[in-house]
Amino acid sequence: MIFSFDLLINALVSGILIGGFYAAVTSGVSLSFGILDIVNIAHPAFIVLGSYVVYALNSSLGLDPILASIIVTPAFYALGAVIYQIYYVSFEKRGQESLRGLAFFFGLLFITEVTLVLYFGVDYRYVEASYIGPTWHFGPLDIPLRILVPSLVSLLLIAALQLTLTKTFVGRAIMAVAQDQLALRLMAVDPIRIKRIAFGISIATASLAGAFLIIIQPVEPSVGREYIGRVFAICVLGGMGSLPGTLIAAFMVGVVESLTATFYGPSWAPAVSFGFLLLTLAVRPAGILGR
Amino acid sequence: VRSDIFFLICLVVGGALYGGAIVLGNDYIFFAGYVVLQYVALATAWNILGGYCGYVNFGSAAFFALGAYSTVAFYRFYPLPIPILVLIGGVVSGAVGLVMGYLTLRLRGAFFAIATLALAVVLETLVVNWDYVGGSRGAYIVRPETIAPFGPYIRYLFMIMLLVAIGAVTVARLIERSRLGYGFATVRDDELAAEALGVPTLRLKLIATAISGGLMGMAGAPFPYYIGYLQPATTFGLDYAVNSIAMPMIGGTTSWVGPLVGAVLLGSLQQIAIVTISSAINLLIVGLLLVGFVIVAPNGIVGLAHRFIQHWPDDFVGRRRVGGEAAGETTGSVP
Repeated sequence: MIFSFDLLINALVSGILIGGFYAAVTSGVSLSFGILDIVNIAHPAFIVLGSYVVYALNSSLGLDPILASIIVTPAFYALGAVIYQIYYVSFEKRGQESLRGLAFFFGLLFITEVTLVLYFGVDYRYVEASYIGPTWHFGPLDIPLRILVPSLVSLLLIAALQLTLTKTFVGRAIMAVAQDQLALRLMAVDPIRIKRIAFGISIATASLAGAFLIIIQPVEPSVGREYIGRVFAICVLGGMGSLPGTLIAAFMVGVVESLTATFYGPSWAPAVSFGFLLLTLAVRPAGILGR
Repeated sequence: VRSDIFFLICLVVGGALYGGAIVLGNDYIFFAGYVVLQYVALATAWNILGGYCGYVNFGSAAFFALGAYSTVAFYRFYPLPIPILVLIGGVVSGAVGLVMGYLTLRLRGAFFAIATLALAVVLETLVVNWDYVGGSRGAYIVRPETIAPFGPYIRYLFMIMLLVAIGAVTVARLIERSRLGYGFATVRDDELAAEALGVPTLRLKLIATAISGGLMGMAGAPFPYYIGYLQPATTFGLDYAVNSIAMPMIGGTTSWVGPLVGAVLLGSLQQIAIVTISSAINLLIVGLLLVGFVIVAPNGIVGLAHRFIQHWPDDFVGRRRVGGEAAGETTGSVP
């Protein structure tokens, strides 16, 4: 293949934009897996659930996808809180989270996916919004708005989460629960309540990420599976629970995937995240900004 | 019961199954039975790593598909008889399991689980891009109509899968009652303490991964002949992954009986549900049962039965823990 500078620039930029979106997708896992140590492998399935809820609101009421996702965040928060409560009572309290807790989330992934198949069918669904069609051109560079808008809102989401974690009382309590539950209890804070809130927030991000997903690409129920490996690779690479690390790792994975897709063909791109994951686990398990 | 006698009993039961299916005279029994036996092998294989060592493998589909695709690769090279292909599939999957285990098993259990999920995606990518085995178009394997002593070809395949399943169950039972099984149990119950006492935990985990992966590959090797048309999307399908986890979890993970009971029950239920209801609802049932059982009955059907029948033979409940009712109930797990 003849090397093309235009192609390279376009691949880099779209990789960075996609990376922003990956950061939003991973932020929920960074909270649950990175900070709370809950291996929620069903997270991508909840993101797809978010996509479908947004799709339903968009096609019936004509709501803007991102606005619709913000409206449903409380419902997703409540869903997360309920799931955490079940998880805590059934597994964490009994010390069985490693085997049965994983199986529990795997089962949830399956139930969510099959329910979506039964309700919406396996056709691809997409949303309507003013920014989905047009593309900005800067010389050789093409920036489709359908990727730019989710990417920018993703950055806002990450910034908001980071501010919540570092500046507010609840946020600091969430960081503390990861370090020392007993000490937190001695400060008269209920660690289970804090974890429930944190897990609720983690699932709440899934509704936003779901909106971004369905803006960027048409969605069908099993599309979440492609994101499982990617999301956990980014989370581990970024350093487990560090949101700035997650952002850097998401950009890296986005750019490398985009370059691979451009120069070797899109069918090779899924292997990139696994390569990253294995490399990280073998070389630096703590990740880029690991604590 | 001694292991060689147990193996003979299994062969007799297997022979009776085969004979019974012939007497019924309907070849559909063989098609449905093949799938159930395949799940017996997969569930038992999964349990060697998941139930005995406590390491969750989400990539059962990957190991299964490795077996299937090694058959396709060798078939195009030279059509070997299926029993040899089964052995090759086992070796290939076992070797991949070993390499992947070496890269990820030194870390916490969750990383291994995630890596196995990702492995399925990567292997699928490789297969999709590998034209020699059909790529994304899939590969056809022309199955002969009949074969010498068995009659219809499906009976031959059924017999092979029957032997693979019997082999898997025998191996699982053998492990359970050997030094290896004790070693696996220490890894599951408290890896740190085991390591401190000089148990070679990494080596044990690698052995478990290799045996488990190898058995899954053996279960997958005859699959191209069964299905006739092999396609990456279905061969790497999440059905295999969820079933090979759900069956031991529902049956009970502490002994070889659990996966067997779970696979026979859930496998037969699915075969009936596919015919009578629909395949999507059938998967929903599996998911709901899995979640329900891990919450309500952590030790599965075997654990429930054990609670009602106090004098259950030890053989059926697996190795018990000190002070525990049955394994898996009292002490905390490895962090």
